[in-house]
Amino acid sequence: MSNTKKVTLNIFRFNSETDYLPHYQKVELEVSQEEVVLDLLNRIKWDIDGSFSYRRSCRHGICGSCAVKVNNKTVLACKERVFDLIDIFGTDWTIDPSSKSRAIKDLVVDKKDFWEKYNAVTPYLVADIDEHPECENIILPETAEKLEEADYCIQCGCCYYACPVIEVNEDYFGPAAFVKAYRFNADVRDNAKIDRLKTVDPIGPGVWDCVKCFECSEACPKDIDPQSKITKLHNQLFEEGVAENNVASRHAVGFKKSIEKHGILDEGMLVAYSEGCAVVKHIPEALEMFKKGKIVMPWNMPKSKNMDEIKKLVKISSTAKF
Amino acid sequence: MENLKYALYTGCTARESTPELLKSTLAVAKKLGIELVLLDEASCCGASHLQDFDDFLSLVLNARNICYAEKLGLPMVTICNTCQLNTAMTKKRLDENPELKAKVNEKLAEVGLEYKGTSEVRHFLYALIDDYGLENISSKVEKPLSSLNIAAFYGCHNIRPSELHDGSNLNENPYKPTSLDRLIEALEGNSVDYEHKNKCCGFHVDLQAPRTANLLSGHALLDAMDNNADVMVTPCPLCHLNLDVKQKSISKTVGRDINLPVIHLPQMIGLALGISPSDLGLQHHVTEVATS
Repeated sequence: MSNTKKVTLNIFRFNSETDYLPHYQKVELEVSQEEVVLDLLNRIKWDIDGSFSYRRSCRHGICGSCAVKVNNKTVLACKERVFDLIDIFGTDWTIDPSSKSRAIKDLVVDKKDFWEKYNAVTPYLVADIDEHPECENIILPETAEKLEEADYCIQCGCCYYACPVIEVNEDYFGPAAFVKAYRFNADVRDNAKIDRLKTVDPIGPGVWDCVKCFECSEACPKDIDPQSKITKLHNQLFEEGVAENNVASRHAVGFKKSIEKHGILDEGMLVAYSEGCAVVKHIPEALEMFKKGKIVMPWNMPKSKNMDEIKKLVKISSTAKF
Repeated sequence: MENLKYALYTGCTARESTPELLKSTLAVAKKLGIELVLLDEASCCGASHLQDFDDFLSLVLNARNICYAEKLGLPMVTICNTCQLNTAMTKKRLDENPELKAKVNEKLAEVGLEYKGTSEVRHFLYALIDDYGLENISSKVEKPLSSLNIAAFYGCHNIRPSELHDGSNLNENPYKPTSLDRLIEALEGNSVDYEHKNKCCGFHVDLQAPRTANLLSGHALLDAMDNNADVMVTPCPLCHLNLDVKQKSISKTVGRDINLPVIHLPQMIGLALGISPSDLGLQHHVTEVATS
């Protein structure tokens, strides 16, 4: 069996100082089983076109600088094995910067918005620490475990540039900032939990705008699972009483109310409870749905069997307050 | 072939705003000779919103749902991607964490139930392909879909996080899913290749961020239309609601007219099996589906 394969690469080329629009350069390479994407980028620069630009530094999956997209999959170029990509996509690849709209030169992007949002969540420990401590501030293993994998984030931006909300809502903080907010909120030594929660609570930039698509968790090269940290920030908002009473928080709480009453959701009442008076804006779509038999009237609202069980479980299992 | 039998977890949407999904699922199962036992005792899965508010309660309720499939001694099938995600995630967390499982079972014992972890949980799409088989489905086709360009829209929660679904979704690759496309081809339809097939429709922020939801749904619909799709098909009723019901609103947001029928997975199969459009509930769609 051959240890090499031929791949065709369409490389994104753009110089923001001289080009009006980007173009793609086609490159064919014979690649071997041992190579990662960064090896191919290096070969293009060293052997084919010295003007080709991309970021790289540590070459060990630690610095996070070499994040690019291959056929829309965000990867760390130094970690992604070429034969693994061939298994997924075959041998025709398009290599793009992690964000085409932020490209400065070829695969190099301007991460200004990433860092601004990252900085906005107070991404460091806030604590009054004795300048001359008499002993170490020891953290027990079970306490450290609460940070989960959030500590391993290398700020590569893979999750951020994979997140679809980032492309349509310029205010949205994005998964990397949320992971960092969770990381320090889960640290027992930290004193800024409430402030961070107030930062991530507002609709628009905050956690309520997460679409729950798991693109971030899929993209993360360090297996941090940002989506689970976003869920935990939601939980903390309720636990700490920080969650504002708005359409999004009521929507989450409305599920419990509806389950307690019907077992399954009363979809109409859930929207009404979440929206409050603003529910009237849904009337045109509701009428369209009604005409097509997509709305259940209150007197026909189905219920789960054995409702007494469900009511009891809600009563004895629920601890969250709103 | 051995008779297939599953416990059907319908989820809430198929009981309410997408009645055609339940109707077409039952019709297709009957036609294929698959027995479905409805889990009428089941509650809502929390749809990942209850999980934001009360994680432990969502675990208890989802475990209870699985208990009822276990009592029947059947694997559970779901017909909603988000139900699949939340049920499978509960199962994984309990199966991997004996301490958490014990805490949940302590509550379930109060109503005479015990979660054991014996029932598998799979989406109907993957049960059909894996257990029934594409070749067998293909052999039942009475009205090939050869005149239709069909855009598969996978929906997030069947394919991501891939680690959770490993094995139960045929190890679908989230960056290049193939199951729906292969099914379309087995029904002799033309599968449309387009970039947004594995992207998010934005359903879960529809109330608090309607512009975000409209843009994400709009990108998918326009991409499919621009690649000559006649119809879009999805295994997720939540995606369906966004993509079908909101097309007028989405058109305003994206500044282009959109008129693309969006049908449910079993409706597509049912059409190819020769089931009548009315028995598949195609009249329930807000964006009209031409049935001639």
